[in-house]
Amino acid sequence: MDLRFTDAEIAFRQEVRDFIAKELPVATRERMLAGKSPTKQMVVDWQRKLNARGWAAPEWPKEAGGPGWTLAQRYIFREELQQAPAPSPLGFNINMCGPVIIEFGTEEQKKRFLPRMLNLDDWWCQGFSEPGAGSDLAGLKTRAVREGDHYVVNGQKTWTTLAQHADWIFLLVRTDPNAKKQEGISFLLCDMKTPGITVRPIITIEGGHEVNEVFFDDVKVPVENLVGQENRGWDCAKFLLGNERFGQARVGASRERIRRLKVIAQESLDGGRPLMEDPEFRRKVTEIEVELKALEMTVMRVIATETKRKDKKPDPATSVLKIKGTEIQQLCSELLMKAAGPYAWVDGDPDEEGGGNDVDVAPDWALGLAGVYFNWRKQSIYGGSNEIQRNIMAKAFLGL
Amino acid sequence: MDFDLSEEQRLLQDSVAKLLADKYGFEQRKAYMKAPEGWSREVWSQFAELGLLGLPFAEDEGGFGGGAVDTLLVAEQLGRAITLEPWLSTVVIGGGFLRNGASAELRSAMVPKIAAGELLLAFAQAERQSRYDLFDVATTAKKDGSGWSITGRKGYVVHGDSADALIVTARTAGGQRDQRGIGVFLVDAKDPGVQRRGYRTVDGQRAAEVEFANARAEAVLGNPEHGLPLVDQVVDETIAALAGEAVGAMQVAHDMTVDYMKTRQQFGRPIGSFQALQHRAADMLVALEQARSMSYFAAMSAEERDPLERRKAMATVKVQIGRSARFVGQQSIQLHGGIAMTMEYACGHYFKRLTVNDAMFGDADHYVRYLADIGGLVQAA
Repeated sequence: MDLRFTDAEIAFRQEVRDFIAKELPVATRERMLAGKSPTKQMVVDWQRKLNARGWAAPEWPKEAGGPGWTLAQRYIFREELQQAPAPSPLGFNINMCGPVIIEFGTEEQKKRFLPRMLNLDDWWCQGFSEPGAGSDLAGLKTRAVREGDHYVVNGQKTWTTLAQHADWIFLLVRTDPNAKKQEGISFLLCDMKTPGITVRPIITIEGGHEVNEVFFDDVKVPVENLVGQENRGWDCAKFLLGNERFGQARVGASRERIRRLKVIAQESLDGGRPLMEDPEFRRKVTEIEVELKALEMTVMRVIATETKRKDKKPDPATSVLKIKGTEIQQLCSELLMKAAGPYAWVDGDPDEEGGGNDVDVAPDWALGLAGVYFNWRKQSIYGGSNEIQRNIMAKAFLGL
Repeated sequence: MDFDLSEEQRLLQDSVAKLLADKYGFEQRKAYMKAPEGWSREVWSQFAELGLLGLPFAEDEGGFGGGAVDTLLVAEQLGRAITLEPWLSTVVIGGGFLRNGASAELRSAMVPKIAAGELLLAFAQAERQSRYDLFDVATTAKKDGSGWSITGRKGYVVHGDSADALIVTARTAGGQRDQRGIGVFLVDAKDPGVQRRGYRTVDGQRAAEVEFANARAEAVLGNPEHGLPLVDQVVDETIAALAGEAVGAMQVAHDMTVDYMKTRQQFGRPIGSFQALQHRAADMLVALEQARSMSYFAAMSAEERDPLERRKAMATVKVQIGRSARFVGQQSIQLHGGIAMTMEYACGHYFKRLTVNDAMFGDADHYVRYLADIGGLVQAA
């Protein structure tokens, strides 16, 4: 048992750190430091820089355009991006659709889509959830009927993150309405410019436009855009969801938030003294830091076991990482908001679409912190809600 | 990074597990508790045969040459059986002082006896007023010719009643709460200046109240003018072992609970089919896995050379283990229901040991305060 990183891994961390220090635009870093999401252009520019370096898809095999890293390297890489903070490679391309195409796609599909995914020439979005199919994803109803050399898609997707930026959408559709619910589903790739697609924004409680409804009205999808076999799309979906081994732990992101929290709690006064000097506040922060340390060690354990695993089954610990990782991030966002005190209440973000308040009423460090707190409540809902994770644990590992 | 055990470690783990499966059923444990010393001499000699008593000592000194991971593995197994024997006191704490603070001569005189199960040690550190502060020492050590003479009163000396020798912290200089001026001394438990009153603790273990009245020290461990760093180091190593023990006990409490949920029927079905209870059991598993991760971190950090880094790491371990132990312990009782409230049922005994484990050398709250006061784990930026 040796729980330390090797010298080579430590050197690799430094290499990544140096790259970020040199290449990450100041504007991107500052925007993220303030707790805001990077703009589309920032994400695209960064993804292209990573791609030029051969680092666009940490988890992909070499032959598909990945760097051929070990799990430890992938973890280090992602942790350094989160800590910087810098944008992560676009998840829809790199961690969701890309791996499915690599695993189930035809040579043609790989050649056509993967290079453009790596370079973010195409921005992908995910068409899974529907108004009636959330946690019970297999209950989805969007229909695809084959007519000659294409499918005709009708239905509605929802919670489609950043569909407003997307060039392509990967979709779960029902191709056999008479089969058992998991058995009549197919995985399709669809150009967002196809006639019949309507994107309608959903504004979330903090006022941001992140998610959308996407409507399909007689949308024609060429048959060559079917991934895997018809009616076997659930295999792709399971693979995609199970692929998320330790991504949701986001230890580096939480560490970055705690650092930021300590800065803000130093600026913010309480009883005439920096909040950070309040013992009770400090203890609250410490409790989170301890949980985060334990989570980091749990991630290490997952990496070590995963390195030796041959099968592709989801790991039990994935649920632990999801639950703890999101709880910690949510707590961080809450403490950040509280640290800002009344300044956190300034509504809206002048940079955002529809964001209202550009009056200079609060210190820069306080702006948007309440928004992040409200927005991050999503974390325990998406990616399999934390209650679904508990169901999985109870069923799969405890045999209840 | 590698969490795999070596072949030898796996063997060690299996052999301890096998011995305990054979010798440490819940009913057997009850019988050991009733023995005059409150634990089993027979089991102790089997620990000796397995090499558990010489575990942390160098092989050329008569030991087994084990490291922090070996200690963790054994502690975890002992925690699974909530054993009563003075392994922690003699081997981990006593052994820690000998390894880190004793002369080679003293080690060569003592280690073979410890390894053979013929010499028991106990750590006389806490005092009525000291709570969890290792430096709060009123007991005094006075120069007495070439040696030292100890006077004062120590409480909660775990296994102090059956120990052959006591390792005592005593003040050689300075005031009661000074960091400097603390020495560590080895005192024969049968010295005429030593009086012991043994008692049982809530977790079924034994402890003693020990009164020293001009008791003669047989040896000094470490620097008599500044022994606190030695105490810190040994306590930190002990915290790593306690973490392993807690994980073992939590694992059994959780397994027991999940098994019970599968068999106990109410409203015509197993209570494990109710989602409210399933989610609680899942949360217990989360707490347990976080604790297990921290026990590995503890083993890794026990060998950290920078004392402040080691202290911080062990404080972190204490907080997580304490929080997890409380949750798993309390919920294992809750999910069982009334049955776990009875003395006849094992679950409550795990809960009680977990509760004491948290408090040993400082509970989670104590270490949260410590970490918060030194600025936490993450640097501001």
